[in-house]
Amino acid sequence: MLIAVATIALLALVAGLLLSLASRRLPRKESDLVEQVNELLPQTQCAQCGYTGCRPYAAAVVSGAAAINLCPPGGDSTVQRLAELLGREALPLAKAVEPAVAVIDEALCIGCLQCRDVCPVDAIVGARHFMHTVIESECTGCELCVAPCPVDCISMRPLR
Amino acid sequence: MRALRCTVSGGLHQHETPEVSAPTYDLGKLHGGLRLPGHKAASTAEAIRDVPIPAQLILPITQHVGDPAQPVVATGERVLKGQLLARPAGALGAPVHASSSGSVVAIEPWPVSRRYGDQAPCIIIECDGEDRPFHTTVDENYLELEPEALLAKILDGGIVGLGGAVFPTAQKLMQARSCKIEHLILNGVECEPYISCDDMLMRERAMQVLSGAQILMHAMQIESCYVVVESDKPAALASLAEAMAALDDARLVLKQVPTIYPSGGEDQLVQLVTNREVPSEGLPSDVGCLVQNVGTAAAIHDWIIGHEPLISRVTTVAGEGIARPMNVRARIGTTIADIVAFTGGYAEHADHLFIGGPMTGKSVSTDRVPLVKATNSILVVRKTSFTGRELACIRCGDCAAVCPVQLLPQQLYWHARADNENRLRDFGLIDCIECGCCDLVCPSHIPLTANFRVAKGRIQELADEKARAARARTRFEARNSRMQSEQQEREEALARQIATAKRAGPADIAEILERRKHKKEDD
Repeated sequence: MLIAVATIALLALVAGLLLSLASRRLPRKESDLVEQVNELLPQTQCAQCGYTGCRPYAAAVVSGAAAINLCPPGGDSTVQRLAELLGREALPLAKAVEPAVAVIDEALCIGCLQCRDVCPVDAIVGARHFMHTVIESECTGCELCVAPCPVDCISMRPLR
Repeated sequence: MRALRCTVSGGLHQHETPEVSAPTYDLGKLHGGLRLPGHKAASTAEAIRDVPIPAQLILPITQHVGDPAQPVVATGERVLKGQLLARPAGALGAPVHASSSGSVVAIEPWPVSRRYGDQAPCIIIECDGEDRPFHTTVDENYLELEPEALLAKILDGGIVGLGGAVFPTAQKLMQARSCKIEHLILNGVECEPYISCDDMLMRERAMQVLSGAQILMHAMQIESCYVVVESDKPAALASLAEAMAALDDARLVLKQVPTIYPSGGEDQLVQLVTNREVPSEGLPSDVGCLVQNVGTAAAIHDWIIGHEPLISRVTTVAGEGIARPMNVRARIGTTIADIVAFTGGYAEHADHLFIGGPMTGKSVSTDRVPLVKATNSILVVRKTSFTGRELACIRCGDCAAVCPVQLLPQQLYWHARADNENRLRDFGLIDCIECGCCDLVCPSHIPLTANFRVAKGRIQELADEKARAARARTRFEARNSRMQSEQQEREEALARQIATAKRAGPADIAEILERRKHKKEDD
């Protein structure tokens, strides 16, 4: 009886020691976690979360500075997955957007390069004083090109 | 679909009464499956009949797996029977040929039978009724052709898998060439109820089927071919045996398999015939087999020997809603309405129209859809009384017992409902062949296959989204590094200028002033 109790207690002690050592020696690297969060984000680089891109937002989420429901293009499913990964409560999305792509009205475009220079994924092609156009398959729908256009020739076309 | 499944009464108890009388060969074992009532007697009573040339042909440019073919004819152009209308674009595809002579009146969207979307671009031909053939190249003996040349020729014939998957045959063969193939398996199993087009084809054109097999063996340099037929087709077996005796080709072996649905599935057939299991997400070529439908083999014969591309096929017109069930040979592009009218029209209770069989077919809302290369059956059934309300899963496990891929449909069902893509992947949803056996045995009438189909679509969608995100990220990172290096270059240039300016002493300034003076004088 006594031997049995002692054995179990010893086993529990050893296991506990091992576990506490492992948790201290092998800390979950924050940069890994940032990378994991970044993987879940839609990579539109739209800055609608208030950060300059997906990775900065991921870093802010991990450090606790930002909530997990600030990514409109990711939608509710991204919030859900972030909640699962981080063990936080899934909040409703702060604001929702429909997936869309930017379209340049080519008759109005004056070739000013403003939109080309802000596109985070190089999805706009064009040269100075020549018409610009959007590569539809690469456009993430971030809307960053809409505001800089001096002639308002860019509009967002919903995908569905 | 549910309404239709109810017409195929079935269940576990039916599965337990084997009635195989003819000798079977050393067969592998197929897990699960169901013994379904055939409903094939009505449509096999008379010979295949030819549907006359319709007034209009509607030819979708996508009748195969892969990218849509690109039309090479323009509206108003006159075309001949067998002329190329659209050529394959992209890595995977098959050409489309004119089924009869006439003029192209439009290239526009038309209702078609497809899993996704209801309309697709079609080439519409107004037939002149003359059926003038397009003259192809002179006869050549295929045995003298190199295998590569023969494969290229098969590609030009627009031949796709006629068993229902419509994978371009030439590309399937090219894919298989990278593996070591031992056996060609000709699939004449046709296990789905009502469908009997392959049965009739084997009865009437056994010689052409076997000739197609010989061409395939030459193209693939294989020395063994199993022709596999289900035991409920004695007439087809007899006809094939006779043709084999006449051919006297030792490479051809006729095999008979018991009548169990879905033994005609590609992977199932490989397991049944060779006792080799096709790996998950693998192909039969991974275990040294190549499976071709008997209809495909006959189409290859017609193209290589008869120089007629795939412009017609045999299809079964059956069901309670059809006045005279039969098998017909119709031109690709003939509308279902024309075909049904030719067979004698609809019967009194024609409520549902299905393209394909009762287990894997698709319900369509209009008979204006054309017959395409994939259409192996036109099924019209009456509306059945409501037989079962969907109830909660009681975990009976019948679905797992009948699943031919040995999945656990009840587990998959939970995870599909919970939208848990990781678990779905773990439980092998990707290997589901959507045969519908689990639906049929479920005592709670849960539409399992429909759930799985939706879940598969969602997993695909997620994968696409992920791929998009990865691409956007690469582009974003590439842009960032480019901008960084540009910034660095600018800074370096500036630093160089500043350094030069700092180095400059009185002598340099005097030199510069001198240079400017000279320049002014030159002007």
